[in-house]
Amino acid sequence: MRSVSQRKGSSAAALFGIAGVVAVMVGVLSIAQGVRKTMDGSAVDENAIVLRSGADSEMMSGLAGDDTRIIAEAPGIARNGDGALASPELFVIINLPMRSTGTDANVPLRGVQGQATAVRDSFQLVAGRMFEWGLNEVIVGTGAQEEFAGLEIGSSIEVGQDNWPVVGAFSARGGIAESEIWVDAAVLQPAFRRGNSFQSVAVKLESPQAYDEFKNSLTSDPRLNVKPQREAEYYASQSRTVYNMITGLGTLIAVIMGLGAVFGALNTMYTAVSSRTREIATLRALGFHSTPVIISVLSESLVLAFAGGLIGAGLAWLAFDGFRAATLNWSSFSAITFAFDVNADLLAQGIIFALLIGLAGGLFPAIRAARQPVAQALREL
Amino acid sequence: MTADDADGILVRVGQVDKEFKRGSEVVHVLGGLDLEIPNGEFLALMGPSGSGKSTLLNLIGGLDRPSEGSVEVGGQRVDQLSARKLATWRARHVGLVFQFYNLMPVLNAQKNVELPLLLTRLSRSERKKRASLALDIVGLSHRAGHYPRQLSGGEQQRTGIARAIVTDPTLLLCDEPTGDLDRKSGDEVLDLLQALNKEQGKTIIMVTHDNHAANRASRILYLNKGQLSIDPVD
Repeated sequence: MRSVSQRKGSSAAALFGIAGVVAVMVGVLSIAQGVRKTMDGSAVDENAIVLRSGADSEMMSGLAGDDTRIIAEAPGIARNGDGALASPELFVIINLPMRSTGTDANVPLRGVQGQATAVRDSFQLVAGRMFEWGLNEVIVGTGAQEEFAGLEIGSSIEVGQDNWPVVGAFSARGGIAESEIWVDAAVLQPAFRRGNSFQSVAVKLESPQAYDEFKNSLTSDPRLNVKPQREAEYYASQSRTVYNMITGLGTLIAVIMGLGAVFGALNTMYTAVSSRTREIATLRALGFHSTPVIISVLSESLVLAFAGGLIGAGLAWLAFDGFRAATLNWSSFSAITFAFDVNADLLAQGIIFALLIGLAGGLFPAIRAARQPVAQALREL
Repeated sequence: MTADDADGILVRVGQVDKEFKRGSEVVHVLGGLDLEIPNGEFLALMGPSGSGKSTLLNLIGGLDRPSEGSVEVGGQRVDQLSARKLATWRARHVGLVFQFYNLMPVLNAQKNVELPLLLTRLSRSERKKRASLALDIVGLSHRAGHYPRQLSGGEQQRTGIARAIVTDPTLLLCDEPTGDLDRKSGDEVLDLLQALNKEQGKTIIMVTHDNHAANRASRILYLNKGQLSIDPVD
């Protein structure tokens, strides 16, 4: 290892090559982690969502007003002074320009009823005020406010022929609701000619254990044709497509770049072995077996790779962790805002990937070093 | 390691052939060579470049294998040992001295000398003690903490000799030990080898081009066209 200082140039090239690969890999995968965290962060154990049977997302669902009333009467739903904690909701998409690119994005506009904030524990008004029920006013999630233009309090959004003023901003502990704009469902229904229909009912149950009773009651009711799901299941299925797509893409990029880095490491280690031919041959002439020689070359390669992995993971963490962006939720065709999430698992994955590059880059030079005929290698200058 | 029979022969080379392949060409370096070296001898091997001196030395030291024939050292057929056993045998019984010293540039003299002892079960303090003793024998105790780049050529070679004798081997194989040194440093190295031979009974085989160096040996053999003779090559 101590002889690394004699080959600063090639060692640094391999080290930073590996660091770059790890930084890109961790950076890309942190997008998928961020999306999943946003979705998972939205789920509460005792919460459930009810869609029309056969619908995979709110966009594809449709529930009549009467259906939502029957759902709200189901057993197991928690209650407060205003009644059952069930919120029939409408979900439509409007176009708003992204702040970063100026291009239009599909932004979710959710029509809610009075119990919506009670169903979602995470809801917190952070600026302005709640919209007035019955008025064309909206409140916006903090994620949407950061990513899309024209959502400052006091400005207004164009919905059909009307302009709806933004009167408040809310947070939802980083959950998916922060990507949305909320309005009174009773205002949204006529604006989008939905009559008295909704798309989902969000409910808070008395406890997570109450779910089975709640579900059985709805699925066995002949008046209803609905699909209840725990929030965790629903959001997991919502994030699966985008998570798998980004993870697949990230892995592909990492593997392609990783191959390049393996060649860099190979080159460095072949140079190292070549420049140490006589040293290695001397050690073997003195009586050292091949194994310590292999270990010596491999450990040098692995230490370089580990250092590269640490630097790459560190850079990714510094550059990407918490960086906010928006992407398309392929299930609802609407944008979700999220923060890149460079977590401990991802950092560990990055470092393991770096070590694999180091192993692949060091193995063949190590074998070559161990197999060189001693007498011949001793003659090399 | 002891001499292999009553007549005190330590090294017995029998009918050794050695061929090398250079592309499609086969080069015969040694052909049917016989040699016996008694225990405690200081033998100088001379001969023109490419005559096979170093090759013979490598065969005796188990660094290479003969194409045909046998190499026996201290009763052990070294040409029949596996690579792993050969490495262990070398570490125990052979001390190697190289023309260009072959010291590890990142280790100081003390650590360079200690290197072969890493293959033994000696404690760290015992290793240190023995390395210091070996450096003392070659007169370099005061340079123990210096790195090879801080030592003169003569000092580096004496460090190389200390490394070769630190495990107390019976056989010292020296490949052009003075080839890279000026006359004065070369003489110091030869004085040292002679002392090791006379005072400590080390058997020494030295390959050299230099008559002055060869004259320090108790016997000189000349190698030419793969054969040994006692007469100088014309």
